[in-house]
Amino acid sequence: MATQKVNTNKDIHPMENLLRMDRMPHIWCPTCGIGLAVTAFTAALEKANIDPNMVSIVSGIGCTGRVAGYVKVDSFHTTHGRPIAFATGIKVANPKMKVVVFSGDGDLIAIGGNHFIHAARRNIDMLVVCVNNFIYAMTGGQVAPTTPLAAYATTSPYGCVEPPFNIPYLADSSGAVYVARYTALHIRRLTNALTEALNKKGFSVVEVISPCGMYYSRINRLGDGLEMMKFYHDNVEIKHGEDTKNLEIGFQSKIICGKFVDRERPSYMERYNQWLSEVRASAKNPEGKKGA
Amino acid sequence: MKADQKSVLTGVYYIDGDVAAGYGALAAGCKFVAGYPITPSTEAFEAVCHRGPKVGTVFIQMEDELGSISAILGAVWSGVKTMTITSGPGYSLMQEAIGFGAMLETPFVLLNIQRGGPSTGVPTKTGQADMMQSRWGSHGDYEVIAIAPDSPQEMFDYTIKAFNLAEKYRCPVMIMSDECVGHMTEKVVIPDADKIYVEPRRFYTGPAADYRPYKPDPDLVPKMAKAGEGLNLYITGIVHDENGYPVSDEKYKSIYVKRLVDKIRLNKNEIIELKEEGTDGADVIVVSYGISSRVAVKGVEMARQKGVKVGTLRLVTVWPFPDDRINELAKKTKAFVVPEINYGQVVYDVARCAHGHASVVLVPHGGAGVHNPDDVADAIEFAVKQEKPLEGVHEFKTRLEKSVFEGGFKLKE
Repeated sequence: MATQKVNTNKDIHPMENLLRMDRMPHIWCPTCGIGLAVTAFTAALEKANIDPNMVSIVSGIGCTGRVAGYVKVDSFHTTHGRPIAFATGIKVANPKMKVVVFSGDGDLIAIGGNHFIHAARRNIDMLVVCVNNFIYAMTGGQVAPTTPLAAYATTSPYGCVEPPFNIPYLADSSGAVYVARYTALHIRRLTNALTEALNKKGFSVVEVISPCGMYYSRINRLGDGLEMMKFYHDNVEIKHGEDTKNLEIGFQSKIICGKFVDRERPSYMERYNQWLSEVRASAKNPEGKKGA
Repeated sequence: MKADQKSVLTGVYYIDGDVAAGYGALAAGCKFVAGYPITPSTEAFEAVCHRGPKVGTVFIQMEDELGSISAILGAVWSGVKTMTITSGPGYSLMQEAIGFGAMLETPFVLLNIQRGGPSTGVPTKTGQADMMQSRWGSHGDYEVIAIAPDSPQEMFDYTIKAFNLAEKYRCPVMIMSDECVGHMTEKVVIPDADKIYVEPRRFYTGPAADYRPYKPDPDLVPKMAKAGEGLNLYITGIVHDENGYPVSDEKYKSIYVKRLVDKIRLNKNEIIELKEEGTDGADVIVVSYGISSRVAVKGVEMARQKGVKVGTLRLVTVWPFPDDRINELAKKTKAFVVPEINYGQVVYDVARCAHGHASVVLVPHGGAGVHNPDDVADAIEFAVKQEKPLEGVHEFKTRLEKSVFEGGFKLKE
């Protein structure tokens, strides 16, 4: 049950109940989209009617990795690439927790890619919010496994030569039960998607395309934050239910957003609890035979 | 507090060290185990998977060792006791997260059944060459506790002790066993639960508003909390202040990181456990740990038959190192003989503490086997004959090395 409501007192920030105001100002650059993703998330937490005391946010390393430090719930800033594994431990050891992994594309899809696909396969109950800014921003703009072909980065000074991961397709084919993508411009739709995903049982992934004014846009001459938002406005096509195969993002290409996957599959804890009761009851239990 | 009878498999068993360690973890109240199969530690993980569901211990086989150790760290913050189990290559993969666990002051137990290295090494045979890695393997300054059991019974007993130490000092505790002890099958007696002491977690119980996650108690260890209690924990691997908030100036770095090492160093007399026999008036003291201490017994016996006054000092806890005791003994004895299954690791700490007062003789072994007791006996006789302390660490040439290297490798002139 939600114990905190959106604050209507005009003098204070409307999300003050869910943000660590003593940690402000945050470290994110002007024109960054991560703050918008956090705003959408806190709004979704209110709308989803979830007790914030039972929510844990787990982040990895990078710009988005700092989200854990600003949201006022139990939060964990873990090692690079490992937030999903860490969150798996929190969830399995205390299934009552609502676990949210909030991290970036490099953290979740490059160094943490293995945990991403396996958590999806297991269908662990957690929401993964993956902020994709197409680049390693915290370290100064290096190429990422999400950088579009031919885009520039400091470690692809002649243009990116590797094709990027299509995150919704990866999540879908690994077994995620809920997959959506919006940009930092689509705050209302993003909030709705996060609300829906928070109440979904199983492994849910919401990709948030975020402008990185400091590195990605600058090195690729894409203009300032406002121009990036205008680009999203003009080039995003909302196509719910689109086949995730078609969601690859090219350099300054059209970006397809929407809700692509929303299906039912027994979650890890559901399977585990059922299995456990069967094992305990079953005569096949090898320990039972010994009468231990 | 006493162990929970449900998780103590009271009885007399004939089991190997790996399985005994698994049963020890259950008895200690371990409620979450994440692992990844790796020889020769797999039997311990299998024992937990087999017995765990019956006693309420959850296990998960993760996709790799990075995932295993990250998952157990997460589970600790859900309020339970946890362990992971590994060997050689898996242990290397876990190093980053070991430092992370030390930084978060997360109590956990890591069972390392050492095998022959480096790299894939000799997966199915023994080694003791991860000892320094257990102390310094992750980047940055931190201290851990490492225990080296030498029998299946001790694998049971000291796994429980490892959990108790982890809770008491909120640090990583490594059980640095080895393939020989892990696969050695002996009688193991598991007592009644009321005979087993289990250290409870030092949970914070005061008002939520006053909670400071890293405010230390007088013994330098802070109170622990868990997720889901409305404390709005912020737990980070970045250097942090008492609130857990990131700080980067040198003042906090020295205050916080110094406490991480000092909470072990200043409490070391409480932590260290040694088993000494005949060290009073001994001319030579054999310092050993794990399987090497079992093998050394025979060598000591042979040397004693030849009239040498030999004592033994067994490092049950290897880290923190018993600096003071070794230094005290160095002033009274002629030499330390250190058999270990590596080319010199713990022996350098013995030499550091001997400080030139006594000879320090390493009896090395490359792994994939254990020492020949004759070598230990010969090294004792060699050491006792020295007129004055040898310089540095003297590497004793073993029969095996003489037979395969003809007296050792030499660079061509």
